[in-house]
Amino acid sequence: MTEGKTSSSLTLLYDTIRWEEKAIYEAAKKKGIEIKKIDCKDLVLDLNTPHSEFHSQIIIQRCVSYFKSLHSTAALEGLGAKVINPLDTAINCGNKLFTHMIIQKKGIRTPKVITAFSSESALSALDDFGYPAIIKPTIGSWGRLIALLRDKEAAKAVFEDREHMFPLYQIYFLEEFVSRPPRDIRAIVVGDDVVAAIYRYSEKDEWKTNMALGGRAENCPITDELEDICIKSSQAVGGKIVGVDLMESSKDGLLVHEVNNTTEFKNTVRITGINIQDMIVDYSLRYPIN
Amino acid sequence: MVKCEECDAEIKIPADSIEGEIVSCPDCGSSYELVKSEGGFTTKPAQVVGEDWGQ
Repeated sequence: MTEGKTSSSLTLLYDTIRWEEKAIYEAAKKKGIEIKKIDCKDLVLDLNTPHSEFHSQIIIQRCVSYFKSLHSTAALEGLGAKVINPLDTAINCGNKLFTHMIIQKKGIRTPKVITAFSSESALSALDDFGYPAIIKPTIGSWGRLIALLRDKEAAKAVFEDREHMFPLYQIYFLEEFVSRPPRDIRAIVVGDDVVAAIYRYSEKDEWKTNMALGGRAENCPITDELEDICIKSSQAVGGKIVGVDLMESSKDGLLVHEVNNTTEFKNTVRITGINIQDMIVDYSLRYPIN
Repeated sequence: MVKCEECDAEIKIPADSIEGEIVSCPDCGSSYELVKSEGGFTTKPAQVVGEDWGQ
């Protein structure tokens, strides 16, 4: 992190207090740090004011709603606040296609993906790309609206539904079904350090590994390779505090499939015992405000 | 202690609760957001999940 003037107080911006937000808040309080909580649902900002109260404030962005997070970050950063993570990171991480392009350009291995912009071209492209394939919304989390397309009939059914949905769902982001153990890796990066990682196992009869779907977790050792990939991924998206999701491809090794800009870490703390909330507070206090 | 608006069960509010935190009814599972009031907290129904939620 670049040396510079820092702040002795913090602001936590949230829309729901989950375990993570409470842990950050309590970690700051325990250290005797002044921390203000702001519910984004109550926030009103004058976008034209030249002297915002938020200027030079360190704001830990923790909104669970992606659109609230993205837009409040844009507004606050525009008013001179230092938001962690910054707007560029929120844009880069919030869209799987954007993330994919940014990290693969940096030489980080990713699953193979094709994109198409109509159901017809997507179906035709899958004839060459092959089945099974995964369709993912470019914006979305917790495994929602992600489907495994085992064959052309399954693809047709899913694509037909999508033609009647919001236009974002007609951006066809089609990912290879990676041959891997029934788990993925979530690694937490704070600044330039990979501070903890866990394996997330799929629930029985579920191929998705999202903890929101009821999977279980185990400690994952941070190897030099994992560390290197996670740091490069975080830097590629301009991340300050991120969660990097990886798969262990039996053919291609570690593949990054997502970088999360408002990462959840409750299960990582529970499994590893690493005090991530303290690290987030300490990092935010070192963050330059000029 | 507050009453669940759905099933009237009692919901215990932990001593270390903070405003904005979500509590759930032990009987029916309904979720509520804690709102600061004089001498403690009241509750309002919480948004459980939004289409753009999560990471």
